[in-house]
Amino acid sequence: MSEQNKASIFPRELEHEAIYIMREVAAQFEKPVLLFSGGKDSITLVHLARKAFYPAKVPFPMLHIDTGHNFPETIEFRDRLAKESGIQLIVRYVQDSINEGKVKEETGKYASRNMLQTVTLLDAIEELKFDACMGGARRDEEKARAKERIFSVRDDFGQWDAKKQRPELFDMLNGKINVGENVRVFPISNWTELDVWNYIKEENLAIPSIYYSHQRQIIERDGLYWPSSDFLNTSEDEVPFEATVRFRTVGDMTCTAAVLSEAVSIDKIIEEIKEATISERGARIDDKRSEAAMEKRKQVGYF
Amino acid sequence: MDVLRIATAGSVDDGKSTLIGRLLYDTKSITKDKLEAVEASSKRKGLNFTDLSLLTDGLIAEREQGITIDVAHIYFSTDTRKYIIADTPGHVEYTRNMITGASNAEASIVLIDARKGVSEQTRRHLFISSLLKIDTVFVCVNKMDLVDFSEVTFTAIKDEVAALATKIGFSGKLHFIPIAAKDGDNVVQLSPRMPWYTDKALLEHLESLPVHQNDEALPTRFQVQYVIRPHSNEYHDFRGYAGKLVSGFMKEGQKVTALPSLREATIQAIYTGNKKVSAAHAGESLAIELSEDIDVSRGNMLVPTGAAYQQLSTFTAKLTWMDEQPLTIGKTFLLQHGVNRVKAKLTSFSHVIDMNTVEEKGNVKEFRLNDIGEVSIKTAKPIFADIYKTNPRNGAFILIDEFSNHTVAVGFIESI
Repeated sequence: MSEQNKASIFPRELEHEAIYIMREVAAQFEKPVLLFSGGKDSITLVHLARKAFYPAKVPFPMLHIDTGHNFPETIEFRDRLAKESGIQLIVRYVQDSINEGKVKEETGKYASRNMLQTVTLLDAIEELKFDACMGGARRDEEKARAKERIFSVRDDFGQWDAKKQRPELFDMLNGKINVGENVRVFPISNWTELDVWNYIKEENLAIPSIYYSHQRQIIERDGLYWPSSDFLNTSEDEVPFEATVRFRTVGDMTCTAAVLSEAVSIDKIIEEIKEATISERGARIDDKRSEAAMEKRKQVGYF
Repeated sequence: MDVLRIATAGSVDDGKSTLIGRLLYDTKSITKDKLEAVEASSKRKGLNFTDLSLLTDGLIAEREQGITIDVAHIYFSTDTRKYIIADTPGHVEYTRNMITGASNAEASIVLIDARKGVSEQTRRHLFISSLLKIDTVFVCVNKMDLVDFSEVTFTAIKDEVAALATKIGFSGKLHFIPIAAKDGDNVVQLSPRMPWYTDKALLEHLESLPVHQNDEALPTRFQVQYVIRPHSNEYHDFRGYAGKLVSGFMKEGQKVTALPSLREATIQAIYTGNKKVSAAHAGESLAIELSEDIDVSRGNMLVPTGAAYQQLSTFTAKLTWMDEQPLTIGKTFLLQHGVNRVKAKLTSFSHVIDMNTVEEKGNVKEFRLNDIGEVSIKTAKPIFADIYKTNPRNGAFILIDEFSNHTVAVGFIESI
């Protein structure tokens, strides 16, 4: 490997691998799309895509499924990144799916739009005829994701069949599919949370401000700190208070818990993650519904 | 920082999950919440110990049956390097998943229960490691605590495996380590309970193993994946041949020949991402600009002008069949070598391997799921591949069923 690899804490081999995967997507599919959430992983994907096709423009658009419950900082960041990168941004809204009667808003104090967005996503894939959807999911995040291939075939209904995964040998990716099927592609499958942060640092990438320590109104529930917002149903004894926090992952305001943190720089964030005793998705309320919460969502077409 | 990819194989009974759990635990790679979740699940199942296999058996069906079905990827790092473990199933019916997981590994860990000795699984794992030409195999004789840390037991197993490796023709390095994964003996640190063992502990071995050591000494092979055409004013005439340098070395100013057109050109510039570099190394994703305008498209290969290469359209290969539907003579497929796809036909069978004896069986009528053997193949157009043994980076292929689109086999080119 090159001098750059020796000098880099981030394993450069992973960048070469991700670029290789993205080029396979561009070559093997007619209508690929990059699923953009506004989080650090999809920001990393955008950066990799720009490198993979340099000096040409990125040959696919990005799609954001807007639940309406996003952090305002994420939306602002998304729009800025789209403008600056010149990548076409397509947005589809969960609110539209609700208005059309395709999904029903959850009720109660744990109500979130996390499950609802799968329907909006599958509708968007069908409407826009995407045959490959790239996402920033990583195998180290969760045990069902640890089992997924880099090219993961979904049937007509967007379903994932864990028992019928195609063998994936060496670096040879088979993206051949039948009409109606599509492939979910995970270029940063082999990256860990720490790899992503080291990459963000070494590549000097901008990220939404909520990843850094800031003052915020929060409530405490089930031992987690929930960001206070109009979208969160609270009971009377859940009184918001101000705290110094940051977010380790960025999902909806109704399913992403904050962590108490003083980390104001990437270096501090990296230090904090190295010392952490709780995993990244430990702060994701959507994963806590059951032991198989992720696998069950993936079976029906979740990201 | 570099990456070491390792494959582990075996069932829960061998203590494979315990070993991985131990590596994660001792390198502080497992967080408290994940450990607590596993402890809680173990209790719910009525177990009186923490079942670390629950960490890696991520599918509902696996937890139901208490077996590993598919490959799980596990990550940890030390100050030296990042590790990716492909934790693969040991059962014969999941051989295809094992090969999938092991195909990218540079080292493999084969676990043997000290009380049981060499099993059919051991033979299969060693055979597959040999087939894939994995450089280094660590044979970990586990549960040494249950045989009173006996050197005699260890040596007997070691001798048997060494003889087996010779019989199979395994050409890599073999290391034998007596361990007790449950308590961590010889996993991260040398065990005081086995003073007769004076070699390194497993992790020490892994830390000092060279990675991608030989790739640059192999012949230079660059297959084009995608042609970058910006169509912008600034880069009006830019044409970048994007691809991965699978083996060898490339540099600016080098003369290259395009295959199959045989047109020659000079490397004008090499890009890794948005940076121009003067030289490229094996394993890197590049975009190459050529001084002369020649016709090169996806699947074509660039090799140094004057260097030897092979053009194949009929060859024999070791093949692993991965589909439920048996393979028969005369069937046609799409053969994918690197990123290049050509039509191919299976013309004859030579033998399949009997995994119990690791001997060849002739007179083959069909290949069934998980069968490994030797076949002859004919392609509609030539491919530019190497013999797998001489250049593993350019000597393997997959077969894709034209109707189901499934990946149904992996092949390793044997001879022309």
